[in-house]
Order: sequence, then structure tokens, then C-alpha cells
Amino acid sequence: MKKKKKKSIGFIPMVKTLGGSIREYKKASLLTPAFVMVEVILECLIPWIMTLLLGAIEVVSGTATNPDPLVVKIVDFLTRGQENPNILLIIIEFGLVLIAIAFLSLIFGALSGKYCAIASSGFAKNLRRDMFGRIQTFSFANIDKFSTASLVTRLTTDVTNVEMSYMMIIRTAVRAPFMLIFSMVMAFSINASMALIFLCTSPILALGLYFIMTKAVPFFNRIFHKYDAMNESVEENIRGMRVVKSYVREDFEKEKFGKASDSVKKDFIKAEKLIALNMPLMNFCVYFGIIAIYVVGSVLIINSNQKLMQITQLQSFMTYSFQILMSLMMVSMIMVMVLMSYASAVRITEVLKEKSSITSPENAVKEVKDGSVVFENVNFKYSQKAEKYALSDIDLEIKSGETVGIIGATGSSKTSLVQLIPRLYDVSSGSVKVGGIDVRNYDIEVLRNSVAMVLQKNVLFSGTIKENMRWGNKFATDEQIEDACKLAQADEFIQNFPDKYDSYIEQGGVNVSGGQKQRLCIARALLKNPKILILDDSTSAVDTKTDALIRHSLKTYIPETTKIIIAQRIASVQDADKIIIMDGGAITAMGKHDDLLKNNAIYQELYYSQNKEAK
Amino acid sequence: MPPIKSVKRPAGGVGGHHERAKKGTMKRLLALILHNNKRLMTAVLICLIISAITGVLSSVFLNGVLTELTRGISLINENGLTTSEAWAEIFPSLLKIFITMACVYTAGIIASFTYTRLMAILTQTFLHQIRTSMFNKMQSYPIRFFDTHKTGDIMSQYTNDTDALRQLISQSIPNLISASISVVTLLVLMLNFSIWLSLLIFFGVFMMFLVTKSIGGKSAKFFLQQQIAIGKEEGYVQEMMHGQKVIKVFCHEEEAIEGFDEKNNQLCDDARKAHTYANILMPIVGNLGNILYVLIAFVGGLLVVLGARNLTITGFQEYDPAAFLVTIMSFLPISKQFTGQIAQTSQQLNSIVMGLAGASRIFALMDEEPEQDNGYVTLVRCRIDDDGTIHECKERTGHWAWKHPHQADGTITYTELKGDIQMVDVDFGYVPEKIVLHDISLYAKPGQKVAFVGATGAGKTTITNLINRFYDIADGKIRYDGININKIKKADLRRSLGIVLQDTNLFTGTVMENIRYGKLDATDEECIAAAKLAYADDFIRRLPDGYNTMLTADGANLSQGQRQLLSIARAAVKDAPVMILDEATSSIDTRTEALVQKGTDRLMEGRTVFVIAHRLSTVQNADVIMVLEFGNIIERGSHKELIAKGGKYYQLYTGAFELE
Repeated sequence: MKKKKKKSIGFIPMVKTLGGSIREYKKASLLTPAFVMVEVILECLIPWIMTLLLGAIEVVSGTATNPDPLVVKIVDFLTRGQENPNILLIIIEFGLVLIAIAFLSLIFGALSGKYCAIASSGFAKNLRRDMFGRIQTFSFANIDKFSTASLVTRLTTDVTNVEMSYMMIIRTAVRAPFMLIFSMVMAFSINASMALIFLCTSPILALGLYFIMTKAVPFFNRIFHKYDAMNESVEENIRGMRVVKSYVREDFEKEKFGKASDSVKKDFIKAEKLIALNMPLMNFCVYFGIIAIYVVGSVLIINSNQKLMQITQLQSFMTYSFQILMSLMMVSMIMVMVLMSYASAVRITEVLKEKSSITSPENAVKEVKDGSVVFENVNFKYSQKAEKYALSDIDLEIKSGETVGIIGATGSSKTSLVQLIPRLYDVSSGSVKVGGIDVRNYDIEVLRNSVAMVLQKNVLFSGTIKENMRWGNKFATDEQIEDACKLAQADEFIQNFPDKYDSYIEQGGVNVSGGQKQRLCIARALLKNPKILILDDSTSAVDTKTDALIRHSLKTYIPETTKIIIAQRIASVQDADKIIIMDGGAITAMGKHDDLLKNNAIYQELYYSQNKEAK
Repeated sequence: MPPIKSVKRPAGGVGGHHERAKKGTMKRLLALILHNNKRLMTAVLICLIISAITGVLSSVFLNGVLTELTRGISLINENGLTTSEAWAEIFPSLLKIFITMACVYTAGIIASFTYTRLMAILTQTFLHQIRTSMFNKMQSYPIRFFDTHKTGDIMSQYTNDTDALRQLISQSIPNLISASISVVTLLVLMLNFSIWLSLLIFFGVFMMFLVTKSIGGKSAKFFLQQQIAIGKEEGYVQEMMHGQKVIKVFCHEEEAIEGFDEKNNQLCDDARKAHTYANILMPIVGNLGNILYVLIAFVGGLLVVLGARNLTITGFQEYDPAAFLVTIMSFLPISKQFTGQIAQTSQQLNSIVMGLAGASRIFALMDEEPEQDNGYVTLVRCRIDDDGTIHECKERTGHWAWKHPHQADGTITYTELKGDIQMVDVDFGYVPEKIVLHDISLYAKPGQKVAFVGATGAGKTTITNLINRFYDIADGKIRYDGININKIKKADLRRSLGIVLQDTNLFTGTVMENIRYGKLDATDEECIAAAKLAYADDFIRRLPDGYNTMLTADGANLSQGQRQLLSIARAAVKDAPVMILDEATSSIDTRTEALVQKGTDRLMEGRTVFVIAHRLSTVQNADVIMVLEFGNIIERGSHKELIAKGGKYYQLYTGAFELE
């Protein structure tokens, strides 16, 4: 388990990194809050105008004791000084203005909603793209650090979380505080001393929220790790179901999962209880704020006989109070959402900030001269933490066009050795040279295009055979594909498929046999027309006869290509120019078949164990 | 590998992302929550009611305060009282209102404090319950289920769908409950204030409902589509990540990104549409509420001006414009609260649709048929007397017996566990239409090593799937120690078989824990002995923490061969009378393989071993080798016999030397 503490990313650089993915959606991202502001202003105008209307009715009907001068002015304007103003007309005029405002508010609200959707989904798209692009530049050291499952979660769930937050931030997070401020301003304009009551409750609220946040953030970070681990264990269980059932370990697995799930539950409850304090805290501030307003308001109204404050004003004051209440609720909701997605944002930033440990140098060499390979004092380990080197003191020289066989016990680092040639990993010390130049000086694409490697764990992708083949060469003609498949002894079985070269390969190549898959992978590598061809135990599932045919055609048709063959079978390597025997991460012997058979005990043992009956 | 993995899954099964929730899902969900957490649920409900009513009562208090203040002002202006006299007049009733408010609000705060906490407990407890019952159910499903469903699809029930469910339970359902309480209470209040104005509200709400239904429906549709797009993208990413090495080796990064862009743009498109509809719903419904607000004020004002009498549920009120005006003033915030409540609830629509769709998929997973087991013969520890009679016993004796109760006469017979396997004329197909094994007959006696050889797809693995009853045969018979395996309890049958599978699956945990998986009560010494036997001890000791090295599912830097050695060690510690090695040494070099074989041969002396391999060197020393082709055994005999016969096996074996 990783125990090393991760260096945490600062908040500002994180926002900067994530913000870099907004790009073409900047316009939409800015328009959204602008529309929201207009919407909020219009919305806040409605209760204000309403108060004016009620005042106007009082003025016109003559019941007003202490009319607001603004109302009087408006009434004068509307009635144009008429003696007997038509009260109905005034109400209608007010009503039309109000309905127009509500309509405008509706339109701006809808616009903000639309642009918000454009901005947030676009931002999410760019984030995913940037992450995926970033991951493509990762070296295996990088990928191992994150693990595949975690990278997938980061690309999906985490981005969705951030997307939701972003939507909140550009819309609701603008709306709520703006509404708050505007309602406050309106409240102040009605009666400043009473509005002060709101200001008194704010510090209590802010302190409370701060307390909840600082306590909850670390909690949530921990939970998400646990939650991931729990889900990973489910996946492990599903993948390993045959093992579970063969060992009758269903109950054991249930218990294991039950414990993990219970522990997640307990932590979640703790964290959510903290968050839950938010609501009563909010209620407390608002409710007692309201009581205070009533008390102060009543005193003001009665004592001044409505001079300092009118009853209608108290009413609209309350409308603003409710609006303030709603905004506060929204703010707290946003806080919770953002809090929950904070961990996701960090996880995304980690991927975006991760520097690939393998990149092309400046002034990279753009051409691989020939297929010669030289290892000089190479030492290699997979991670700096590892105590033991996977490869130590490797010195090796392979001439261009040579065929080299590598043989060795399980875990003797055969694969590790050849992975250094296309620079899938970098050496820890020493150097690997291809065509006389250190692999670290090449442009990576150039290097990897000249080195074709057929991996031990072969992968075909969902798509037709032809599509899979074109991985080797995008522009390969049908004839070229067929030729390569003939060389790899794959043409015959492909011709037997109902759709021949257009047959569809399922994800992971599950609908072709192991041997067929290996041959397809060899053909795919051949299409690259490489200077160096590496076969990493790539014919293990192919029968011996076909294996021999493949080697024969490689020898005959691509003689200039350097061929490096890792194999379990002596037969696969015995006619190589050079056979390397590896043990425990080192080369223990090297030579031709006949020499080794005479002088090397391991080789002899291998040879006779495989050819017992033939002798 | 059973070929049905490639069979297309019928749409709408577990993990299908596109279907809406089945009917009755909500009912089932609520019943399930209620069933497991009755008390919690009741407490939550009570608190929710209190807290919702508290919110609503604010308007009543406003009305009370305004009425008193109006009375006070009219006392001053019309009756000529001084402010302090008027103050004294209205103070007692005002104080009463304030005290009531303080009490009600305190109750409301306590209620919301309690219910939010309880809700956290309820939600997480329920999610825990549903996760574990889903997982536990899943453990009982037959292998066929796992062969026909993609891992990613099953996983999404644990991740996406559970998340959607959390949203539904923790937010949407309480919101719905609280909103409906508020709506009902507000309704009563409004009718109490004025029926005329309430009628107007009803009309407005009806409009809002229509809008929500049409826009919300579109939004929900695109949200479900977005889920499909996410699934597709996730699948693509998974495939690409799986083949990352190949991508690198072929410099295919650009193309991988291109492919990703295509899926990504689709997702962005669906997300944009879904969110657009969802986002515009709130301003539309909210502003309809505003328009309604204006209309109420307008109509109310009109009524006052025209001198109408107010109508409430208690009947027509006295003509009193001032009182009517106060009523309208109190009615306005209520109407605002009412429409606000409805607008808020309309926002929950998407989480409800998605949550229910998630719940529906989770239920679908939980409703799968579990593995059937009608076996009644069990495996018991036993003592064997000198005369050969078998007695069941509790303590370890190193002997096991099949306990076979006979229903006909109620007697019980014991048969010693030896590991004798017979297959007689077995036919089998993963799907009834396509038989993949024909007329397979074989006899494996204890102490024998039986090998299967043949091309991939010839049916080698299938045979082992039948012996441990991962799949049931279509025709014929399989007998274990003379007992038809259909009569043996599956768990006991599998307990008597040691299997090393083609795909090595190790679990997160230490190396030691992984070996101990074979026998949970094995001591460290037993595990190490097994590792030595499997020739794994050597490399384990070279790992950073030896036997305590943590392994992660895919991260660990173990080579393919080392993983295989570990899984052999795991089977060795189980120490079963029958062992099946399915390509167990395919990635192990032949020299190490010979050493492993020596170890397993020693372990399996006097027991039955089935070996499946491509590599002929693996099977050479078997007692009998079966050559399979297209589901038929075409040759059988020892290595020598088969070589002498000069048939298919001979061709396979000599293939390597033909060219020379």
C-alpha cells in the first residue's frame, strides 16, 4: 500500500489548472452570471414595485396616513394631476409593468440556464479530453502510480462531480449571493436599522459554516479513498468469481465486503452529521432574525405612528427576509456540493499536473539509422522505492539484422529487458542505444515506430481485423495487410471466418483463440515495417509447427530486421544468431545453440527436458 | 473460455442504461427502506412534519403581527390614543405572538437538527443494507451470470446507480415529503385567508404543472441518454487503458484521442441538452410564480377597490376594505412560498427519474435467479475402522466421506472420499442450440493424471466447468466416487476439488493472505510449505516484504508466471483429493514447470489430477492423454502409445521438428 503522503496541490494552482480547460466556453461561462444578475435584479424589483402599488392604492383611495413621497410622485405621474384618478387604471398599469418584468426575468433566467448548460458540459468535455490526452502521454511509471481503475474513475465520476459544481458556481453561486446582497440593499433602503439585524447574524453563520467546512473536508477526502477501495474490491470479486466459487469462499467474501461497506457507512455518517449541522444553524439565524425584526419593527411603527416605518414596508421587508433566507440556504447547499467535489477536483488536478516521466528531448533525433541495439551497464528498477533491481549490470550488443533469443526462468526479467528498447521504461543507470544513439535522445514516436514489439499480454481492440491491422500502419493497403497476415500464418484462419478480414473482433479479442490472437498481433507488428522486431513470448499458444513457420518466414522475408525473441521453447530460439540466458535480472550466459548445449548447464537441462522423448 | 462471452446481451438486462425505471420501483424502494428502518423512518417523518410546518407558520405569524399593528395604528389615528396607550393595548397579544413564535421556531430548529442527523444515518444505513444485500445475492449467482454480463456493467450498479440512489433518498424523498406537507398546510392557510385568491393560485399551479411535465419530461429523457453516453465513454476508456502498452508501442495516442473525442462530444451533447432543459425549468416555473404573485396582488387590489367581500372557508366575511387589504398582504408571501415550494420540487424531478432508474437496475440485479442446488450428499470428516466401516466424526482425521442420506428408507450410507471421477456420454452446450461437447466419456482413478490436449475452443476448459458444476451437463452422467454429482451439494463438491484456473485472479492483500485463501485456517507454516511445493517460495522471499508483501489487483509487479505460481500454491494449501490444472503453467518456463510438477506430483500421489495444456511438455508424463477436437475426444492413451499410434497427437508433438 502506498503510505507516502502525497504532496497536496495548492488551491490557487488547482483552480488555474482546472480553469485552463474552460477555453472556448469562456464566453458562455461569463454570459451565464451576467444573465443571472439581470434576472436577480428583475426578480428583486417585483416585491418593491408591489409595495409601491399597495402604497399607491392607499394614496388614491385616501386611506394613507403617512404616504411615501415616491409613491405620491408616481401616482401624480400616472394620474397626470387628475382630480378623480381612476384607481383601476393605476392598478392595471402597475400590473402590466410587473408582468413585463416577470417575463423579462423569465427570459433572462432561461438564457442563463441555457448558457450555463453549454458552459458546464463544454467545460466537462474539455476536462475529460485534457485528462485523456494527458494520460496518453503518461509513461508506465505514471500509470502504475495511479492504477488503471482509479484513472477511469477520475475521468468519469470525478469529472461529473466537478461539472455539477461548476454549474453551481457560475449560476447558483452567483445568483444566491447576488440575491442576498440585493435583498439586503432593498432591506436597507426600507429601513437601515432593522436591516442591521441581518448583519448581526452573519458572523455567527460564517463562523459556523467555517467550522463545518474545515472539519468535513479531511473527512471526505478519507472517505472517498475508502469508497474507491470498496468498489475496487467488488470488481475484484466479480472478476475472480470462478476462484471464489471454486474455493467455496462466498461467505468469506460476504463477510469481507460487509466489513468494508460498514466502515464506509460509519465514516459517511460521521461526515454527513457534520454537514447536517448546516441546516439547523441556518434556521437558527434566520428564525431568530425574523423575531427580532418583528419586535423592532412593531416598536418603530407604533411609536412613530408609521412615520419611521409603515406596515406595508414591514410586509415587503419580510418578503426580502424570506429571499435572504432562501439565498442563505442556497449558499449552504452550494458549499456542501463544492465541498463534496473538492476531493474530485484535487484528483483531476493530480492527473492534469502529472508530468510524464518519459518525454521526447529537445532537438530529438528524428531517424533511427539501423536496427542495432546496445545495452551498456544497464541497471533498472520499476520504482525508486524498490530495493532490488529488476535488471542489473546488463551489457549486450546486438547487430542490426541479427536474430537473438532470450531464455530464462519465470521472473528472470526477460520482459523488463526488452521493454527498455522502445523506451517504455527508462533505465535507472547506464544506457540503451538503438542505431548507435541513446534511446533517450530520440523522438519517442520515431523510436517506437522503428521498434515493433509484440507483447506477452496481447490486446486486440474492438473493431474489424482490418481496423486492428491498421494500427500497425494507418495507410496499409488490403494487399499489405494480407501479406503481413500470411507472414504471421494468420491468413489461413482469417480466410475461414465468414467475414474474412472484415470479421469483428470483440473487446479484448475474446472471440478468437489465444493462438489466433497471437498471430494477429504479430501481423499487426509486421505492418509497421520495423527495424527491430521484439516477440515477447508471443507464440506460446501457437502450435510448434506454426511457430516454426512464422520464424521461417521472418527469416526469409525481413532479413534486415533485428529480431529479438523471448521464448519458453528451446525450439523457438535454437537457430538464433545469439541466445541469451537470463537469471535473476542478469545475463548469465550468451552464445549459439551448440556452444550453450555443450557448456551451459541450465540450457542443457532445458533442452533435454523439452526433447526427452525425441532423443 | 466459454464462447458465450461474445453473445450480445439482450437490451434491458442488468446494466442497461437506457431504460426508465420499472413501474412500482418507488413503492418497492419505500417498502424496503421502511421494512429495515421503521423507527428511524417514523422519527424522520415526525421531525420533517414539524420542520415543514414551522416554515409555513411564518406567514401566519406575519398575518398576526400585521393585524395587531393595524389595530394599534387605527387606535391612534381614529380613537385618538397616544402611542404609549395604543402600545399598552396591543402589547399583550403581540407578546403572545412573539412567545409562540420563539417556541415554534425552537421546536423547528430542534426538529431540523434531529432530522438532518437522522437522515444521514438513515441514508447511509440503507445504502449499506442495499450494497451488502446486492453483494450477498450476487455471490449466489451461477457462473453463467458472470459469463454473460460485463464486469463494468455489474459494477455500475455499485457505483453510478448507488450514487443516484443516495441522491434520491437523502435529498429528493425528504424534499418531496417536506414539500407536500408544506403544500397541504399552505393550502389550508390560503383557503382560510381567501377562496377567491386561492382559486387563482390553483389555476397558476396547474399551469406550472403542465410546464414542468413537458420540459421536465424532455430533460429526464436526455438525462437517461447522458447515462448511456457515459457508459459508452467509460467502456472505451477502459478498453484503451487496458491496451495502453499496445497504444504506446504503436504510437497510437493520436488515434486513441480521436476515438475518445467522438464519444466525448456525444456525451457533451447529451449533457448539454439535459442540463439546458433542467436549468430553464426553474426560472420558468419560478417566474410563473412571480406572474401569479402579480396577478394575485392585482386581482386582490381589484376586489378591494370594487368593494367585494372576502370569502374564506368559514364563509363570507364582513365588508371591511382595511382588513381585506391586510389579508391580501399576508396572502402574498404565502402564495410566494407556495409557488416557491412547487418550483423547488420541480428541480428534484431529474434526481428522482435518475434515482428510480438506478433503483430499478439495482433491483434487477437483486432479482436474478440464484444458483440452483438440489444436492443433498454432503462431505463430512470421518474415522475409518480397520474393517473398513466409516464413522462420521467432528475432529480432524485426515479422512473425509460422502454422507448420503437415502430418502426412500431413511438410512444413511457413507462413502470414502477418494477422488474417482467418471464421465459417461456427456453432452453439453452453453446454449441449448449449440452443443460444444459430444459423447465425452472418461474414467479417472485416484492416483491417475489425466491430461487434455487440443486447440483453443476444443472444449478442454468446458470439461472442468462441468466437473465443478459451474455449468450443468445437458445429457449423460458425471460421477464422483460413484455418486452422481447432481446429488452432491455444490459447496461440498467444490470443496473436494482443487482448481487452478487459466486466468489467475489474486486478491488485494498480502501474499500470505492470498495463499491462505485456499484454506482459511491454514497456519503460516502450511502456507509456506505450499508455496515451496509450488516453487513460489523462492521468488516470494525476494519480494520487498516477503510473504507480507501487499498485492494490488493489477498493480503488483509480479510477472504472469509468478502469478501462476502463487495460484498453484493457493490450490496446494487446499489439499483436495482432486486437482484440476487448467493451463496453470502456461506462462512459466519449462524448467520451473518441471520443478513445480515434481512438487504437485508429490502432493497428489494417490490422488486424481486433471491437466489442461497447450504445451505438450506439460502433459507428457500423464497416465492418459485425451486429444480433443471440436468437442470430441479423438485420441486417448499414454504419451508413448499416442506417439506410436502416429495420429493427431504425433503430428502435434513432432510439428516442431518437421522443418528440419
